[in-house]
Amino acid sequence: MIVEIGHYALALALGVSIIQALVPLWGLSRHDRALASVGASAALVSFALVALSFAALVASYARSDFSVANVYANSHSAQPLIYKLTSVWGNHEGSLLLWVLILTLFGALVALSRNSLPPRLRAGALATQGLVATAFLAFTLLTSNPFQRLSPAPAEGQDLNPILQDLGLAIHPPLLYIGYVGFSMTYAFAVAALIDGRIDAMWARAVRPWTLLAWIFLTLGIAMGSYWAYYELGWGGWWFWDPVENASFMPWLAGTALLHSIVVMEKRDALKVWTILLAILTFSLSLLGTFIVRSGVLTSVHSFASDPARGLFILLILMAFVGGSLALFAWRAPLLRQGGLFAPVSRESALVVNNVFLATACATVFIGTLYPLALEMVTGDKISVGAPFFDATFVPIMVPLLLILPIGQSLAWKRGDLLGAAQRNAAAFGLALLAALALIAFTRGGPVLAPLAVGLGLFLVLGAGFDLGERIAARASGWPAMFSRAKGLPRSAWGTAFAHAGVGLSIIGIAASAWSSEAIGTLKPGEKLTAGRYTIVLESVSLRNGPNFRADVARFQLFADGRELAPLEASKRVYTARAMPTTEAGIRTQWLSQAYVSLGEAQGDGLAVRLYDKPMILLIWIGSLVMAFGGALSLTDRRFRLAAPRRAAAMAAPAPAE
Amino acid sequence: MMIWAIFAAMTGGAIFALLWPLSHGGKAAFADKADAASLYRSQVAEIDRDLARALIGSAEAEAARAEAARRLLRATAGQAAPAGETEPSLRRRRASSALMLSVVPLMALLVYGVYGSPTAPDQPLAARVAEAGPRQDFAVVFARMEAHLAANPGDARGWSLIAPIYLRQGRYDDAERAYAAAARHGRPEAEIWAGLGEARTLAASGVVTASAREAFSEALKQDPGNARSAFYLAVAKEQDGDRSGAIAALRQLLASAPPGADWAGMVRAKIDSLEGAPARDAIASLPAGQRDAAIRGMVEGLASRLEAGGGSLEEWTRLIRARTVLGQKEEARAAALKARERLGQDASALAALDALTDELALKEASP
Repeated sequence: MIVEIGHYALALALGVSIIQALVPLWGLSRHDRALASVGASAALVSFALVALSFAALVASYARSDFSVANVYANSHSAQPLIYKLTSVWGNHEGSLLLWVLILTLFGALVALSRNSLPPRLRAGALATQGLVATAFLAFTLLTSNPFQRLSPAPAEGQDLNPILQDLGLAIHPPLLYIGYVGFSMTYAFAVAALIDGRIDAMWARAVRPWTLLAWIFLTLGIAMGSYWAYYELGWGGWWFWDPVENASFMPWLAGTALLHSIVVMEKRDALKVWTILLAILTFSLSLLGTFIVRSGVLTSVHSFASDPARGLFILLILMAFVGGSLALFAWRAPLLRQGGLFAPVSRESALVVNNVFLATACATVFIGTLYPLALEMVTGDKISVGAPFFDATFVPIMVPLLLILPIGQSLAWKRGDLLGAAQRNAAAFGLALLAALALIAFTRGGPVLAPLAVGLGLFLVLGAGFDLGERIAARASGWPAMFSRAKGLPRSAWGTAFAHAGVGLSIIGIAASAWSSEAIGTLKPGEKLTAGRYTIVLESVSLRNGPNFRADVARFQLFADGRELAPLEASKRVYTARAMPTTEAGIRTQWLSQAYVSLGEAQGDGLAVRLYDKPMILLIWIGSLVMAFGGALSLTDRRFRLAAPRRAAAMAAPAPAE
Repeated sequence: MMIWAIFAAMTGGAIFALLWPLSHGGKAAFADKADAASLYRSQVAEIDRDLARALIGSAEAEAARAEAARRLLRATAGQAAPAGETEPSLRRRRASSALMLSVVPLMALLVYGVYGSPTAPDQPLAARVAEAGPRQDFAVVFARMEAHLAANPGDARGWSLIAPIYLRQGRYDDAERAYAAAARHGRPEAEIWAGLGEARTLAASGVVTASAREAFSEALKQDPGNARSAFYLAVAKEQDGDRSGAIAALRQLLASAPPGADWAGMVRAKIDSLEGAPARDAIASLPAGQRDAAIRGMVEGLASRLEAGGGSLEEWTRLIRARTVLGQKEEARAAALKARERLGQDASALAALDALTDELALKEASP
């Protein structure tokens, strides 16, 4: 009965979403606040219903109810409970339900934040969001229904794809979806502004927290996915410029640009049309990512759901929302009031430069991802656009952007002082350059570009730190005064510094991979293999049984620079239900560096083993975490919660009149 | 019925929540002025903060303040005056209430009606396994057993339990694997070996192959009175052409049968069928020299007929077997080659021929 209640709740949510899309729009066009406020309660009801439905599916998975086709196809009774639960979104139907759940959750949050959003904007955004929810609920119910039943119920499930049975992948999709879906909120706000024909700094201030929230989660989701690929796929790489990765990276680039252009709009009431366009494009890229991953246009690790009917449906959704919003944009954008001009040397100009570079970078990735697909569709030729293309195009675009980042960050609004900004950053630049030169000297004969890239990363970190220091110490003398100034600094300033320093840390981590080394060998027990600083000696290979897999576990002695460390284990698993193998790399972290051992096939009486020495590799992900932390600091800036008590009082007054 | 009551309650609750704001509408029109004012007030405050921190100069601050004020004026100008609770607004509320009351339940019923299965109960695995007695779901128990053995391949008792089930289900290869595992992991008992032999025999469509014979011999070594092994070894004799030997062995087996043994009838039937085959019987009763000649004659006849063209896999198999039994290895190999040529299009036939040449140790000569 639980299953059917969940199914019915989902069907009911479709009806409610239609109401959420229609009635507030009517209210808006008639200036009728009562009708417009239906959107808020519809969003709440719709969230409650989808949550109920999701809970029903989770319950079916937890109880291994194989009379549900989706549970049968993606779960196994011997799985540990945690993977039974994560199996819910380890497949197309379930992950779509999670998508809709997050979508309605955002709707409910917008419905609840009465005090920080202008009512007309809120009503318009909720109506747009209702349209998106309607489309995705219909898609779920009509083509990808997770509540399809089987009769008679099979005795045992087919298990989840083994490479998805991993904690990293358990949290990666929800993070990523919160990111993708979060941008649906900025999209909804943009469309609402276009419908209303009014857009101003207030819009920017209302939308900024939602953009930040989506951006934070998208950052975390991409970082998590990259770390997962690093330790689970056993190739030692962490980014492959795979179309599926690019599909999440493009919205991130566009979203980062959006984040910066919204700031300009909030402070200077400028860049309005561009910001609206970016908001639309960011969500369009999120939708495109969804389409690429799920339509079967490409096969990848995420290869669930390759059904042409679904692909067609997503394509229709894509066309409706992208085409519809762009048409609305073309029609209404000329009516928007342009903001004032601004001086070429100022914070806002620097942010415009940032937007130009990020948009170009995003376009580059877009071409590199879609051109091979389009070519294959038209001519049937298969070409592979991989790392060389992106190294040759994406990197040269990013380097100048990152070089001017610290300078832009220390420019003032309205009229900046370029010389002053350059002077302020001279110390950071000098230190970074010195470090790079020292590195070149130390690692003579090694890669030349890598020390320079480390220097660039260092410049970003130091620049962010010096900028903060400047603001704190500028006119204060003595520790107490500086402390109070540090406390008085807006959270968003701290957030900016952290996010930019995070970029720097990631760059250092990426640059350091030039010094990583790799060794491949066939080992018998007692034999050793050396890569970089690390040496491993194969101790033993033994068989071990997990709940739903068997594993060949190889145990290694690990030496770093001749010093013995605790032994290391790497394994190959075979999941019995699907008879599919996975590799579990053995990873030992030493400060920021890692020794990485991955097993290949047994060859004769030896075992193929890869050993990597990965210096400073953790910085890549630590940098992403710092970026996300910076975003979170910005999000808690109290200025976002504007004038809450005053609005509440105004609402309360006329109530008794009725 | 219960479930429809729940659905009705859910629908009712949802519609009620949608209708709520229409009855508690409060102000009928938007008032954005307060929002705009508070935003720009806070913006002016921020400009003051920035000025205090010397982030902007005083002239710029003055300009920014003026700009914020201009924006405030622009935002609040041109707003439609609040309309209040008017006749058209009441009509709009009624219309949208009607829309909610119709769209929500109709949409839900339509979609759920097409895709839902309101009569299907939940079937959590724990409840199905816990269901007691004869109503227990055999498939579930069996699947559990398989899963258990996949995880614990050393459980000899488990293998010995599941093997006869495979055998009865006709999954002879699985049965062979299970019996072999049981024997390997510490249950080398006569019944297990006999079962292994039977699985191998049935997997070879009833031919008691060399490996099956090994298993049966092993069983008899453990327990000389193992009836199943004795029976199949007798069948093996028959397949070797030694009919009288087969009959003698079966009679001996029958004599040793305990009273009321359920397999006695089957042995008796086998004896009857062996004794009631007159043509072959005639050949068997010939003196040794003549019998040999007669058999050779029949084999040559079959060979020349197949040489002329056609011939099914079964006929070729018979020829190859007969040649081998007669000790004509070279001819047998030639026949196998010819058979491969003729039956080349049929992959399963080729596989069967491969298995046959393997079994008869003709392999080294095949290409």
